[in-house]
Amino acid sequence: MEELLGGFSLGLFFWQAVLFIALILLLKKFAWKPILDSVNDREEGIKNALDAAEKAKLEMQNLQADNQKLLKEARAERETMLKEARDMKNKMIEDAKDEAKEAAGKLITQAQASIETEKKAAIADLKSQVANLSIEIAEKVVREELSNKDKQVKLVESMLGEATLN
Amino acid sequence: MRRKISLKPITLLLLLVTFASFGKEQDGHGEPKTDQATEIKEYIQHHLKDSYDFSLFSYTAENGEHKYFGFPLPVILWDNGLKVFSSSKFHHGETVAEVDGNYYRVHHSKIYKVDGPNGQIIEDDHHHATNEKPLDFSITKNVTMIMMVFLIMFFMFKRMATAYKKNGGMPKGMGRLLEPIVLYVRDEIAIPNIGEKHYKRYMSYLLTVFFFIWIVNLFGLTPIGMNVTNNIAVTFCLAIITYLITTFSGNKNYWKHIFWMPGVPVPMKIILAPIELLGTFIKPFALMIRLYANITAGHIVMMSIIGMMFIFNNWIGSSLSLFLAFVLGILELLVAALQAYIFTVLSALYFGMAVEEHEHH
Repeated sequence: MEELLGGFSLGLFFWQAVLFIALILLLKKFAWKPILDSVNDREEGIKNALDAAEKAKLEMQNLQADNQKLLKEARAERETMLKEARDMKNKMIEDAKDEAKEAAGKLITQAQASIETEKKAAIADLKSQVANLSIEIAEKVVREELSNKDKQVKLVESMLGEATLN
Repeated sequence: MRRKISLKPITLLLLLVTFASFGKEQDGHGEPKTDQATEIKEYIQHHLKDSYDFSLFSYTAENGEHKYFGFPLPVILWDNGLKVFSSSKFHHGETVAEVDGNYYRVHHSKIYKVDGPNGQIIEDDHHHATNEKPLDFSITKNVTMIMMVFLIMFFMFKRMATAYKKNGGMPKGMGRLLEPIVLYVRDEIAIPNIGEKHYKRYMSYLLTVFFFIWIVNLFGLTPIGMNVTNNIAVTFCLAIITYLITTFSGNKNYWKHIFWMPGVPVPMKIILAPIELLGTFIKPFALMIRLYANITAGHIVMMSIIGMMFIFNNWIGSSLSLFLAFVLGILELLVAALQAYIFTVLSALYFGMAVEEHEHH
């Protein structure tokens, strides 16, 4: 202890105190503050950049999820559209078939009606022709009959062979 | 966990000191080597003391004349007025210096006033000089070293700071080496001990004290250097700054824990108060002694081992000493940083205690 006290030099203490406190204050102003501030700023910057990257990643994920959703929706929509189109097609075909059937039916009835009329007209015509022919035949027969009996018969027969019924 | 400090190197050092001093005493018994051993011992003691010149080395010429290499430093005394003169007037302590009709002499690295041109130092029974001692503010070798370290640190860190500005917040050159250390002090010393909330206030002191002790210790290991931290005045100054900062930043809780310890019965509170109060003084006192003793011990051991080379004076002993000195030199490099670290950690710890906020009691 005596050695310690004996070794104590007031002058050295004085200079050490003055210089050391001056050094603390000077370094605080010119070195530590700017250094620590820069380091802090840099660390903040790195932290912010990392946060931003993380955020961007999250956004990207969200975006991808959205895309997936949109794609899914689009696919579903396409499905429904296709289904509708198919339905419509079927319906149209069905309708067309019905219509065609109806038209054909109509045509057939019309044709049948006209055939009936034509038939009736033909029968009437035939009747009248048969009547005329019969009269003509009868006339010729009568005329032949009047001249030759054989001939008369022959005539009737040829006449009849000619007269093909329409 | 961090508060635990490994005492191994210190113990080892103390062990070595014990052996060294034991060895020296044995050498001192009437052997033919005695003269050399005494000379070495004196040289070591002289080296550990401050001096008024910046001597790089000295030797004794063949005609017995002491030759010195170095330069004188200014002596500043307060003795009924300011007296400033060059230390070359003392002729390395061999003569009396005369300034304005006053006579001064250097005795055991201290300046004493003497009666006249041939005045002598009068010693009492305990070999203590009884002469008047003027107030001494000389720029001694140690003060010169402190100034050098002051300038080195100032320009080094100022450059580092400006490099950040120029480089857009990135370190450059020396800064790349120093930045991890600065960050280490912040992240491993200041924040864990003081806490996120308050640490910023103490960063300037912690960084300055860490680098100051470290650089000064490293200079002490160079052959030209003079170790500043083996002066009790320097370590006392550092410790008292830590003490003052701790005391002035102490919050209500800190003082309550000293004078009226919560959670213990009243008689214990009364017993604890003086102990705790004493503790506040013992902590910086331990800081002071620890740094001083470690560095001084290191130097004594180092120089003793180097001195042993001359005492052995044969190739086995001398090369062994050289090897030992080399190993110890490496150890001292570690101690230089370790002591700076310990001083800074403990200071931070005390600041942390002063600003600690106890929420659960």
